[in-house]
Amino acid sequence: MPESLQSKAGPAKSAYRRGTEEPAIIKWLMIGTALAFVLLFLLLPLVNVFYEAFRAGAKYYLSSLAEPDTVASIRLTLLIAAICVPLNLVFGVAAAWAIAKFEFRGKALLITLIDLPFAVSPVVSGLVFVLLFGAQGWFHHFVYGEGGWMFRHHITIVFAVPGMVLATLFVTFPFVARELIPVMQATGSEQEQAALTLGASGLQTFWYVTLPSVKWGLLYGVILCNARAMGEFGAVTVISSKISGVTETMPLRIEGLFQASNGMPAAFALASLLALLALITLGIKTYVEWKTQRELSLGQQVVAGAEATHGRRAP
Amino acid sequence: MSIELKSVTKSFGDTTAVNNVSLSVKEGELMALLGPSGGGKTTVLRMIAGLEVPTTGDIFIRGQRVNDIPVRKRNIGFVFQGYALFKNMTVQKNIAFGLKIKKWKRPDIAARVEELLKLLGLAGLEKRFPHQLSGGQRQRVAIARALAPKPTVLLLDEPFGAVDAKIRQELREWLVHLHQDLNVTTLFVTHDQEEAMEVADRIVIFSPGGNLEQIGAPREVYEQPVNEFVAKFIGVMNVLSLEVRNEVASLNELGFPAPGLPDGKRLQIGFRPYAVQISPDLAQFRYRAILRRTYFLGIMLRVEIELPSGLTLRSRMTKEEYAQLGLHDGREISFQIRTYRFLAGENEPLGPEMHFKYQPPPNIAENI
Repeated sequence: MPESLQSKAGPAKSAYRRGTEEPAIIKWLMIGTALAFVLLFLLLPLVNVFYEAFRAGAKYYLSSLAEPDTVASIRLTLLIAAICVPLNLVFGVAAAWAIAKFEFRGKALLITLIDLPFAVSPVVSGLVFVLLFGAQGWFHHFVYGEGGWMFRHHITIVFAVPGMVLATLFVTFPFVARELIPVMQATGSEQEQAALTLGASGLQTFWYVTLPSVKWGLLYGVILCNARAMGEFGAVTVISSKISGVTETMPLRIEGLFQASNGMPAAFALASLLALLALITLGIKTYVEWKTQRELSLGQQVVAGAEATHGRRAP
Repeated sequence: MSIELKSVTKSFGDTTAVNNVSLSVKEGELMALLGPSGGGKTTVLRMIAGLEVPTTGDIFIRGQRVNDIPVRKRNIGFVFQGYALFKNMTVQKNIAFGLKIKKWKRPDIAARVEELLKLLGLAGLEKRFPHQLSGGQRQRVAIARALAPKPTVLLLDEPFGAVDAKIRQELREWLVHLHQDLNVTTLFVTHDQEEAMEVADRIVIFSPGGNLEQIGAPREVYEQPVNEFVAKFIGVMNVLSLEVRNEVASLNELGFPAPGLPDGKRLQIGFRPYAVQISPDLAQFRYRAILRRTYFLGIMLRVEIELPSGLTLRSRMTKEEYAQLGLHDGREISFQIRTYRFLAGENEPLGPEMHFKYQPPPNIAENI
């Protein structure tokens, strides 16, 4: 509630500073350091990306984005996100549900496992799938052997799109669950129990009570999951064959263009798109937070009003 | 019988929350489950609702054994301590929830919600969300929501726990009126003995460890507590541990006749503060004491008196009596104990109630 604190302190401007406040020099030194850091390491590079992207002119910018291989990379990135986000939404809700609502043996282990993709280097995450489905991999014989299902349907995993989807799925697994667990734990299970006493089935309870009460947390998790799915480089680069127009996502394409002799402006053009995505993500996130905050404070105002008018009345 | 529990026990791991409890609730009764925290009263309520499963024993609702019937098919109304309103729904949708689930027709739902809003004084609030309501309003919404599908029984867990003291009193009276209007069998959990006494037709008293100590009308448990626990839990009671000598049970200067009891036997007696009659005339009653402190409890006063041996007893009188007798702190007084009960010790039956109303105190204890 920093807002309410400010509004309280606002009108009573006094020469004395509160006992909990630091001297002005230290305060400004801290704020200055933080601001300088943000400017130097966050804002400047971001501005630079857009500057470099548009240096060769807007016309070149657009034409470099319209290049068929680049368009294909954008399409592939969207495809991977479109597969990974819904799947992880389901996984995340299921995992958070299990952790927040039930007590069972191995719960701590499950929480650790959910966090595993955060702890493991993305490169290792990609490598894992190469080792599982690659030529010497454990699953290779089952899926690719003469009679294997994949063999008959001409589907390959490693160095192809399915492998990239798997790797992204793995890397983005924790986001939804991580966001939901605290929200679900805070909500508790009383509302769900109330729904049960009113005759609702488990599914009805989930649909009408659980899901709406965690919708903002869920949305936030989905936003983060989506941002990571689109931006993932490490895991995807290991398992991709990096064939332009076929197995290149936006981050891989940027890397490829960047390495090419005269691809710098095109690389920055595509990078600006990714950066734009990050900004949009940030914008939505801020909106979601603002919205929840506003709902809360609005509620409190109304309660205060209701108490003033109806508080004394006999119930 | 609306609800019946037969030797119900509930254990969580090694701890026993409810220990071999049998009780029956009559149709239309308003019953309080009273006890200190950890007394298992909420667990009893949750087992009736089906939110907990008894470890052993059977639960019946209207004669049907419900042990294996899931919560949603028991047709009970449950009001949670924190109300557990659906935060994302308006008051109207909260109340209509159970009806929607039960597939009532739309006009019927609207009519029922309207009826409940009126009954519970919530008219005009139907579009509000729970966070836009005051504590008392939230509770009434929770009750309306529980009542909407016309439950067989209404179960309330600490219904007045989360409301501030001023609204509490109003809500108590209001619950009594609501119960009179609807006549639905109602069970509520409370740790506040005054609340239980004021509201309930009958009170069930639990002690820590989930033991049922006594069931009875408020007057019954107040005037005839079966043991020390109930005596001390319901209202204020002076409890003394006595030892018998020469057929008199005594503690310091106080003596009570104990005909036929062997020397050395230990027993306990209890008496309410109102049984301690005080007089400023030192010759009127047998015992003497000094009035140590007066507590103002509104219309009644509680008075602490200290005997020469240091033993402290509590008495109770109206302001008028106090003024008439000309009492004040530090004054020497005489007193008698008009009524007392022998309280059961562990594994011992309860003794008879002894009345000494307006009788001169027995002489035997004079010189002890």
